[in-house]
Amino acid sequence: MIPLSWYLTVAAILFSLGLYGALARRNAIAILMGIELMLNAVNINLVAFWRYITPQEFIGQVFAIFVITVAAAEAAIGLALILAIYRHRQTINVEEIDLMKW
Amino acid sequence: MTLLQIAFLIISAVTILAALGVVVGRNILRNALALILAFLGVAALYLLLEATFLAAVQVLIYVGAIAVLILFAIMLTERLMKQERATNEQWWVVLVASALLAAILIFLVGAVEWQVTPTEIGGDPIANLGRALLTTYVLPFEVASLLLLMALVGAIIIAREREEA
Repeated sequence: MIPLSWYLTVAAILFSLGLYGALARRNAIAILMGIELMLNAVNINLVAFWRYITPQEFIGQVFAIFVITVAAAEAAIGLALILAIYRHRQTINVEEIDLMKW
Repeated sequence: MTLLQIAFLIISAVTILAALGVVVGRNILRNALALILAFLGVAALYLLLEATFLAAVQVLIYVGAIAVLILFAIMLTERLMKQERATNEQWWVVLVASALLAAILIFLVGAVEWQVTPTEIGGDPIANLGRALLTTYVLPFEVASLLLLMALVGAIIIAREREEA
């Protein structure tokens, strides 16, 4: 059987890559993609813990489904916001979207 | 090393390389295509974990819906994002911080004794999952559907073209 720690290690690497993408990129869509990677890493952890620690109860899978739901809502709203900003300012570079920056 | 372990190593190597392709590189379209590969790799990991329903959901929602939505957004906004730098000025700080986070997490994963109970999944997993969703977790289930409806309406209102009054 595959050790639990292997899954957790893969998820940790995915999460860190997503964090880098979300914080270092300038394109707003690339930032959203980094966030999606982080959510996926969390889901891997949830499902791995479900399979290895509580396989009789389905709380881990249920939680993963809710995370996917929230990710879908987040992607829809986020991309709609990006489109609206692009229409107004002709850019989705987050360094130029600084109207609310003090 | 069993066959499953070799399969796991191959799948996770592909997934991590694809995730790397998502965050580096200037071409946002290539990033999005790498993201699709990463989503598929995660679905394969779910299959290895015997979460078949989640693997199907992953392919349907992430690859089928979210990735297509992202590609749409790229096509609608791509014009000036091509020849510039892809990262901001603090990218090396972020790089150090993310590498540190990965190191700490991997160290913690190795340091903890995980209380693993190697049992079989009881009964039909998909039927049990459906039963859990509609009995114990029925309230969050309904709230999730409300959230999706709000996201749907909100996305339409935010993204639509406003006719000048």
